Amino acid sequence: MNHKIENKKQRCQSLKVQTITYSGTRDFVHVYLDPPIWDYVPGQFVMFRPGSWSNDPVWPRPFSICEKTDDALRLFIQVVGRGTKLISCLRPGEDVDIWGPLGNGFSLKNDESVLILAGGMGIAPFVGLCKTHKNPGNINLLFGHRAPLSSYPYDELPENMSKEAMQQKSMEDLNEFQLVLKQKIQDFASKGRILACGPSSFLRAIQKYCLEYKADAWLSLENKMACGVGACLGCVARTTDDEYVQTCTCVPVFSADKVFL
Amino acid sequence: MDFRVDLGGLKLTNPIMTASGTFGYGLEFKPYGNLEELGAIVVKGLSLRPRQGNPMPRIVETPCGMLNAIGLQNIGVEKFLLEKLPLLPWKTTPVVVNLYAQSAEEFSDLTRVLSSEEGVGALEVNISCPNVKEGGLQFGQDPQAAFKVVNMLKKHAGSKPVIVKLSPNVADIKVIAKTVESAGADIISLINTIGGMAVDIHTRKPCITNVFGGLSGPAIKPVALKMVYEVCKTVKIPVIGLGGISNTQDILEFILVGASAVQIGTASFTRPDKVFTLVKDLRVKVEELGIKSWDEFRGSLRLG
Repeated sequence: MNHKIENKKQRCQSLKVQTITYSGTRDFVHVYLDPPIWDYVPGQFVMFRPGSWSNDPVWPRPFSICEKTDDALRLFIQVVGRGTKLISCLRPGEDVDIWGPLGNGFSLKNDESVLILAGGMGIAPFVGLCKTHKNPGNINLLFGHRAPLSSYPYDELPENMSKEAMQQKSMEDLNEFQLVLKQKIQDFASKGRILACGPSSFLRAIQKYCLEYKADAWLSLENKMACGVGACLGCVARTTDDEYVQTCTCVPVFSADKVFL
Repeated sequence: MDFRVDLGGLKLTNPIMTASGTFGYGLEFKPYGNLEELGAIVVKGLSLRPRQGNPMPRIVETPCGMLNAIGLQNIGVEKFLLEKLPLLPWKTTPVVVNLYAQSAEEFSDLTRVLSSEEGVGALEVNISCPNVKEGGLQFGQDPQAAFKVVNMLKKHAGSKPVIVKLSPNVADIKVIAKTVESAGADIISLINTIGGMAVDIHTRKPCITNVFGGLSGPAIKPVALKMVYEVCKTVKIPVIGLGGISNTQDILEFILVGASAVQIGTASFTRPDKVFTLVKDLRVKVEELGIKSWDEFRGSLRLG
């Protein structure tokens, strides 16, 4: 399996924080940074480490690129631990070491129908994807989430794409969501490509249905990473060829039939 | 100042090397800096045949450091020599191959293969990996086993300098250091990671599948500095210091206690161009402190 991508433009830069905004609670954070010199493919990510971290926390954090405009690089982050908490408290003007864009990103054609399945924070890479898509009418998005919808960048998705959001607060909600997910995949399998990003349990369910209905599906994995450049071997995923490949440099977007989740 | 360092046959343009397991096969870092500026490139530990490594999760972040139990996942020596080495600037920057085997015989087979390779600048033998079931650490904790391995390696290494990488997970590091020196080691590097553990009170599971891992990063620097100091006092061969080095001050501290060169490990994860920046910054720091030569500064720690 060799889909390592060459990206001559990837490099490490210090970028300044422009603003930090919150959606809903302070646990959902939008970080806007000065725009980097590179361009990206939706689904690619960056490694993010504030200059102020010095010796602790040691690791940078990998984040999907939510959106990149001429004015800013935007990341959408949920506070889940010490690192993300510190990030949510960054102030405008602070330096952040950023390297990327990393990974392969999603591949899709503007003139083909696409079904996007996003779970929670898995919506992040699709914001840029949908907003820059040439024919939003070809996009169908199903968004499963736990926190209130206002926590996520859902409303800003293009008006003329088809989108549906379902909140899961209980086991019953989750079971119902799984049924909808299955139905969507079954109906869409022969119509075009499926792209998915979200928690592993969500991806596992999608993988199961996509294999069942032989859908052309691509899953974006979210593994812990220490380096982001393929060196630490801490983020590997096991492929169906029984190889461990680095999620950071070789993927993170896998064909659904090529990876064990 | 002349930045060059001569480690008993291994000549470096500056004392900054990369640490095995934190710099891939070197090529991963090509987008972030000029590999030719480094003192030496030490690649990920290689075994005779490819190894898959341990199941996930393999790494966890800890205060000022991290634990890893990768389990020496590597592409095997053959693939390295065919696909990676030719792309590395070995003519200007020595490429040190870190090697791992499960038996003394396998060590000698590996050494034979590597000793005839022009592009290999030195061999670093890993007798200190805490994350594999067989081999590795067992050679590093038992002086007799360590002697046997190093002795055999030297027989097959030809003109290649042999670096022996020591484990800190021993009662007395000086004993092992003395033993490998007497077995013919040309250079000693230390320390490898310190055995450690992390658990999750929510899932009641260990944070890494292997349960135990090796601790690295700034958290281990004081331990490393002590051991490097002790070993430098004990042996006559050159010593490479490593363990938690993240800035130029750390580098000079290791040289002050007697190290001839240093390796940068976990710090490469904090920023992929870290090691390249350190090479540039070290010149500034050395000038600032008025250090005249490495010979004058090395081991010049004042006691009392």
